[in-house]
Amino acid sequence: MITSREEKIVPSGLPTEARENETVGETVVISSSNSWAALDLKSLWAYRELFYFLALRDIKVRYKQTFLGVTWVLLQPFATTLVFTVLFSRFGQTETLGVPYALFAFSGFVVWSFVNSAVTYSSNSLVNHTSLITKVYFPRLAVPTAAVAANLLDLLIGLLSLTAAMIFFAPVITWKIIFAPFFLVLILILTLGVGVLLSSLNVKYRDIKQLLPFALQLWLFVTPVFYSLRLLPENLRWFWKLNPMSGALEGFRSALFGQEFDLSAIAFSVVVTIAVCLFALFVFRRMEDDFADVI
Amino acid sequence: MNAIIEVENISKKFRLRTLQSSGGTLRDALASVLRNPFAREAKQKSSENLWALRDVSFQIEPGATLGIVGRNGAGKSTLLKVLSRITRPTGGSAVLRGRVGSLLEIGTGFHPELTGRENIYLNGAVLGMRRREIDRKFDEIVAFSNLEKFLEMPVKHYSSGMYMRLAFAVAAHLEPEILIVDEVLAVGDTEFQRKCLGKMNEVAMGGRTVLFVSHNAAALQRLCSTGIYLERGRLKSFGEMKTVLAQYQADVDAENGLIDAERVNADAVSEGEMRFINWRLIDASTDQPHSIYSREEGVFEFTLVSKRSLENVHFKMMIRDSEDRDLIITHNLSGGVGETILKPGVYKIRWRCQIPLRAGSYKIFSEIYSTRNHRILDLWDASPRLAVLPVSEYDLPEDFQSIVNVPVSFDLQKERM
Repeated sequence: MITSREEKIVPSGLPTEARENETVGETVVISSSNSWAALDLKSLWAYRELFYFLALRDIKVRYKQTFLGVTWVLLQPFATTLVFTVLFSRFGQTETLGVPYALFAFSGFVVWSFVNSAVTYSSNSLVNHTSLITKVYFPRLAVPTAAVAANLLDLLIGLLSLTAAMIFFAPVITWKIIFAPFFLVLILILTLGVGVLLSSLNVKYRDIKQLLPFALQLWLFVTPVFYSLRLLPENLRWFWKLNPMSGALEGFRSALFGQEFDLSAIAFSVVVTIAVCLFALFVFRRMEDDFADVI
Repeated sequence: MNAIIEVENISKKFRLRTLQSSGGTLRDALASVLRNPFAREAKQKSSENLWALRDVSFQIEPGATLGIVGRNGAGKSTLLKVLSRITRPTGGSAVLRGRVGSLLEIGTGFHPELTGRENIYLNGAVLGMRRREIDRKFDEIVAFSNLEKFLEMPVKHYSSGMYMRLAFAVAAHLEPEILIVDEVLAVGDTEFQRKCLGKMNEVAMGGRTVLFVSHNAAALQRLCSTGIYLERGRLKSFGEMKTVLAQYQADVDAENGLIDAERVNADAVSEGEMRFINWRLIDASTDQPHSIYSREEGVFEFTLVSKRSLENVHFKMMIRDSEDRDLIITHNLSGGVGETILKPGVYKIRWRCQIPLRAGSYKIFSEIYSTRNHRILDLWDASPRLAVLPVSEYDLPEDFQSIVNVPVSFDLQKERM
């Protein structure tokens, strides 16, 4: 039966100007070449709304059908902080330069739990979006980056509760706190780099998925999250500083609590972060074309 | 006018190794690096490669509707994926002048936990629509899907029919200059398929360029002006849709038909036997010897090899549908010819008759019998099958077509108030 409903389908031609404004991409050239130019930030920008919707979807889906909902964001760093505070007050001291240990550890865990879940989500993002990758075109970079972006809400909530904790513990705060956002951005970029790199490798080598929880745990141990670098013997610290997260996180804390910046560690962290990002983009670009065939 | 799509020597190679085990393991990669650290990517033997597409070139004018046919594995979907930029070709290039929208699957990106409303936005964005565009068309999409009441419900609680309806409603409101559609019509019930076809028709009529893969010959015939026939990754023919379709159908029929060595040449017929060895249509306006347009008249010519003499001979031709119902039976008596006497030799039997059948593939049988001993001398289930092609001005969905397609005239007059 042809129903009257069908007669309503009349989205005929739009006015040309309206269509031009809404157009995603105009002339498309397809070739077998594989160059850096094809990284194509322009089309990534053109698809920014897809990026937004992907991130929004992840946020909406994550806590659906959970009893505690968004409270989970706080629960994890909170509980971990509690455990470590009890442990450290019993079995040893870390040098926090006068900052209450609970606040010290909480500031680390808020950031680390973002890194941890953002890296986990984005590493598995491409593999989890198989049907998108094999059925639709869009800049593939949108997937792992949107996965990181989806975790920013968690970070924001974490930072709000950190602010509350700061007010509660009232540590000494100096002008240095204005640098805190810089370190957060540095950590965000590093997280993006690692997430993008692992997501593309994971498409071809599913070992990444198995390796990841273990690798993240190791990374946590070599990052001064629940301890301070000052706890370590002088001659071992260089090893910790090879980890770009160390400089960034220590920097973040120094800014929060008005302590001395370890400039060499911070500079090293910036350089390594940039290198990681460039390498990640390079690898992603190399593997991107095969995603649909290999995934 | 400039071509809207130019495809030049597009090739796509798959490594069979990659196809067999999806995702090599890290161990393999490390092992091969350790074994031979200076070798670049190990050389692949050509036997390990599969060319899904090989040197395919064509051009399409704006507003054309292109139908792509070919057997499974001929490279149809790969071609669509290359043109949709989902996968990169191994060689060659293509230029698409306009916004490209691909519908390789319905409901890509739908998330079961999200509500209908949320999925409309998500799916729209996935298909390349802008938020403003979705905002503007939102009511239309909802009206088209007929799911107003379920908009705030997670789609995991939808029935599969509702899910499809919502997904198609979004897809139907995509307005690209170039629309790429893969076998979307293969899913869903008849009602749904009809809706899809109607929409496709509208898009095609609206002057947009459409690339369409389907196994539905009637739909292709109706929607497409131009056709491409792919065989094992190569372009076998490119041209008018009905010509391409006829060639494709003839090939499929030839492949599906019985391969009957003794039917091939006259020498294979043994002494004392009679056999039909060949058939074709002449005087029909198609380019293929085994197809005819619906309602057209054609001459069915059978070649008969006789290796004996016989009296009281009669001939029959039967055209049957897939359920083996006799739709048309012709007899020499109805053709005004009585009993015949045959001598050894090669004969041509010609039936001139009209084929008032709807489009489709039909079985065609040729029979020779004698009333002398009431024996059937030969009954041939002829191959290839008879292809009845749809007439283009005759444009009804399949359910509206009766088996018999008679000429109709229609008139509506008002007699009084």
